[in-house]
Formats: sequence, structure tokens, C-alpha cells
Amino acid sequence: MSSSTQQSQASMLAAAVPVVSVRGLVKNYGDVQALRGVDFDVPAGSVLGFLGPNGAGKTTAIKILCGYLAADAGSVSVCGLDVATHALEVKRRIGYLPENNPVYTDMRVEDFLRFAARARGLSAAAVRNGIDRVIVQTGLAEVYRRYVGQCSKGFRQRVGLAQALIHDPELLVLDEPTNGLDPLQVVEMRALIRELGLTKTVIITSHVLPEIEALADNVVLIHRGKKIADGPLATIAADFSGGLPVRFSVSCSASQFEQLLATLPAQVVENRRAAFAAAMPNVHAAVVEVDGPSGVAALAEAAHASGYPLLELTPLGGSLEALFQSLRFGGEG
Amino acid sequence: MRSLLIARREFFTAFDSPVGYVILAMFPAMAAALFFVLGPFFLQGEASMRGFFAWIPWLLVVLAPAISMRIWAEERRSGTEELLLTFPFQLRDLVVGKFLGAWAILGVALLFTAGVPITLECLGDLDWGPVLGGYVSAMLLGGASLAVGLFLSALTANQIVAWLLGVTVLMFFNLVGGAATASAMPPGFGRLLLAIDFGEHFHSITRGVIGLGSVAFYFAVMVLFLCANGIVMERRRWS
Repeated sequence: MSSSTQQSQASMLAAAVPVVSVRGLVKNYGDVQALRGVDFDVPAGSVLGFLGPNGAGKTTAIKILCGYLAADAGSVSVCGLDVATHALEVKRRIGYLPENNPVYTDMRVEDFLRFAARARGLSAAAVRNGIDRVIVQTGLAEVYRRYVGQCSKGFRQRVGLAQALIHDPELLVLDEPTNGLDPLQVVEMRALIRELGLTKTVIITSHVLPEIEALADNVVLIHRGKKIADGPLATIAADFSGGLPVRFSVSCSASQFEQLLATLPAQVVENRRAAFAAAMPNVHAAVVEVDGPSGVAALAEAAHASGYPLLELTPLGGSLEALFQSLRFGGEG
Repeated sequence: MRSLLIARREFFTAFDSPVGYVILAMFPAMAAALFFVLGPFFLQGEASMRGFFAWIPWLLVVLAPAISMRIWAEERRSGTEELLLTFPFQLRDLVVGKFLGAWAILGVALLFTAGVPITLECLGDLDWGPVLGGYVSAMLLGGASLAVGLFLSALTANQIVAWLLGVTVLMFFNLVGGAATASAMPPGFGRLLLAIDFGEHFHSITRGVIGLGSVAFYFAVMVLFLCANGIVMERRRWS
């Protein structure tokens, strides 16, 4: 089957009922409010990126979703079944790779996968098929007979993913799946997840935006236990288009630069006039905020109209990135 | 039986770890040493294992927590508890499975002491009835001790803490009967202390009488602590 037909199938499925539906989820650890009423849906066949700074409550929500923790209030349903009342049925439908990928290091890869398959209640034949399938899918053939503890971190991560896939679950939940991997392993793991996302409903959490940008169709952005944005990445980016930071630099005198800044159709964030003063007295730079891509064009026009040579005009990342950075530095929630 | 899957994993993991081998080697060695060397075996001049079984409760005070200490604490320390609890198991399958696995390990350790009765059989005419009775009661006492140890292992992520707690609590349950006869003890309370003494029930069985009360006592202890174990696990989901 080609990937385009798989994708069209996935988008057809997306029209149906959501695979995951979370409503008003609340969880406190003592005095600490980890989740303060979170709602979101995951449409069938889509990849949801669950994004937030460390400590935002992502992992807590995932642990409730997978039945490891109990919620203080609110509900989670998976495939129409409530997690609180139909725990076993829900757990059977989920393949879960917990944060930090806990695996039994004292078992051989094959024994661990067999245990995971039987734990999911598969029949003897399904256990064999499942193991054969995930060994190929996750590329574990060369470490199959090794102890999990003797595998490299990259392979261990694949073992974790393999146990989550062994029963061909309807929903795949991956909590920080590329955390701690080296750059090459990150690329491999992302490719694997992207492939899985073609045919499965996937929830993937991350505290790094590029990961979510690379993998997810929809994003839920949470901060300090509250959802602050929800939807396709492009839509969220548009919602937060208030300030797109742009670095620009022109060649002129200091007073001319001040005048130019005052007339720009943008807000000055940081004036770096002095930055190049010693080496190049006529080069002046500033970081300004404009309203999205059209603002960048207006800025270029204004600089051109002034007649000073324009040396640089660089948008500094997407507006979502800027928002996300501000959350991250605004304090851990 | 879903719990057998868990039991099997516990059992075979124990034989894959150095701790498992140490336990399996130490227990028969200590049992034999205490019996043949420290006990009055060579003075009593009869082929009886009474002296051997007299040591069993004390050996189990050390051994049972050594088997059980790892079982929950290690899952929690390594995070695999999350994996286990998000697999589609009922909590009771997990608790019972872990217990059965631990019990089977203890069974193998006891089996390894078979050299003692076989030696006695060679030296003289051994009456096998009390020997089998002794082993059955050792399994019962061991099961109760393991249930206590598992419960304590579920309270911590540190195996050493689990072991120390286990030894302390089992020590209490093995000594409490001794306080029953103290002169200052009110008789009713004394009887209660005697009734919950682990060793007291053990010795009444090894004397040759497998009293239904003592068997029921050990099973009641197992059920009680396994339930407590389950409650601890369930409560943690809500904390």
C-alpha cells in the first residue's frame, strides 16, 4: 500500500469519533496542582503532539490516560470507553511507551517481548506473529537474543517501542520518545514514528517544538496544568501571530537609525545599535516585532523607502516558537 | 490464570540474577550448618530432623525478606512498575502472581535442603512423616513471611529498606509469643500474642499434628498481607 492511500485512509478515519476524549481533567499531588481542567480530543488516525515545558503536566495527563494514575476530577475515554470504569479494555487498546522507557533489563529482548505480548493477552499464535512483526518494524533482529540491559540506548528505545506495538494497538502513546537519544538516533526514531503515524492514532509528548513540528498533525499546548492552545500547528501559529521577532540591520549614522526606528511599522524589542559600533560605526541592528509575514514585507519596504542600505532582515523563528520560548523562560509550571 | 504469567517471570528472573543464586546457595548451606554443626545432632544419637526444623523460622526471618525485597521495590525504582500497571492486568493478578513467584523460589530453596534428610536416611532409619510435615509447615510459614515481605517491598523503592523492614517485622512475629508467658501479661492478651506468633504455629505442626487452626492461620496471614499489598498499590494511583 502506498503512503498516499494510507494517508487518505487516515484522513477518512479522522472524520469519525475521536479515539481519545479528555474532559476537565484535574490531578493534584498534595498541594501541587498538576492538571487544572484539561480538555482535548484526538481524532482517529491523527498524530497529536502534546507540547509543553517540563513540569507542565503532560506526563501526568498521559499517565491518567493509560490508567497508571487516577484522576481527581474529569474523565478520559479511549475508543468510547471510560478509563476509570473500563480500565482493562482501555489498556488492551493502548500501546504505551512511558517516559524514560522503563524496560526489564534483566530479560533477553525476545523474552521481554514475549512477556509483553502475553501480558496483553495475545494467543500463542498472535504472540509469535506479533514478535516477528515488531522485530522487523523496529529493526531489532540483531539484538534479538541479547539482554535488554546490554543493548545500546537507541536499541533499548526500540525495544520499548516494540513492546508498545506488539499487540497492534489502536492508540499509540509515546511519552518523550526521543529524549536522551543521540541526534542520529533521534532522526531514526522520528522516521519510525512518522511511519507509524500513517496507520495509527498516535499521541506523542515533547518539550521541544521541532519534534512536534516534525511529527504531529495537531498540537495541544499545555502550561502549568492548563491547555493554552489546541489545533493544527498552522492555526495555532496564526493565533499567536501578535509578535514575530525580526532582526534587521542597516547602514546609517546613529541618529538616522534612531529616526528610522521611530518610523518603522513595528515595535522595537531590542536596540543593538552599539553592538558593532567599534568595528563598523555605520552598522546598526535591532530586533523588532512585526505582525506576521506581512509585517516583514512592510519592514523591508520601510527600510527601502528610507534609502539606507539594508544589510539584514531575518525573521527569528516562528511565532509559536517565540510563544513557547516565553513559556519556558516564564518559569516551570 | 493471568497471575501465572507474572509468577513465571518472577521465578525465572530470580534464577537469572546473582541475588537469586546467593539465596539458593545460602539457605541450604546455612540450614545444614546450623543443624549438623551448631545443633545437638551428633549428641542426640537419633535420625530425626526436629533440630533442623527448629531453625527454620529464624532462617526464614532472614531469607523470606531477601526473596521478597526486590519484587515491588525494584519495579518501582526502575520505573517498570508503570509498564506492569498499564498492561491489562487486574491488580490482584499482579499481587497474587508476584506472591506465587516468590513462593516458588522459596520452594526451590527448601528443596535444595533435601540433602539433609537424605543424609539422615543413609545414617539411620528416618521417619519421613514428620519430615514431610515439617516441609509443608515450612512452606506455610514461608508463604506467610513472604506475604509480609511483599507488602513491605511495596512500601519502598529501596530493596535494602524493604529487607530491613521485613526482618524487623518478622522478628516481631516470631518473638511475640515469648512475651505471652511473662508474669505481668494479662492472660487474655497473652493468649492473643501466642495466637499470632509465627513460630508457635510452626512448631505445633512440626510436632506432627497439622492442626487446621494453624494452617488456617498461615493462610489468613497471606490473604491479609496480600490484600494490604493491593491496597497500597491502588492508593498510590490516587496520591
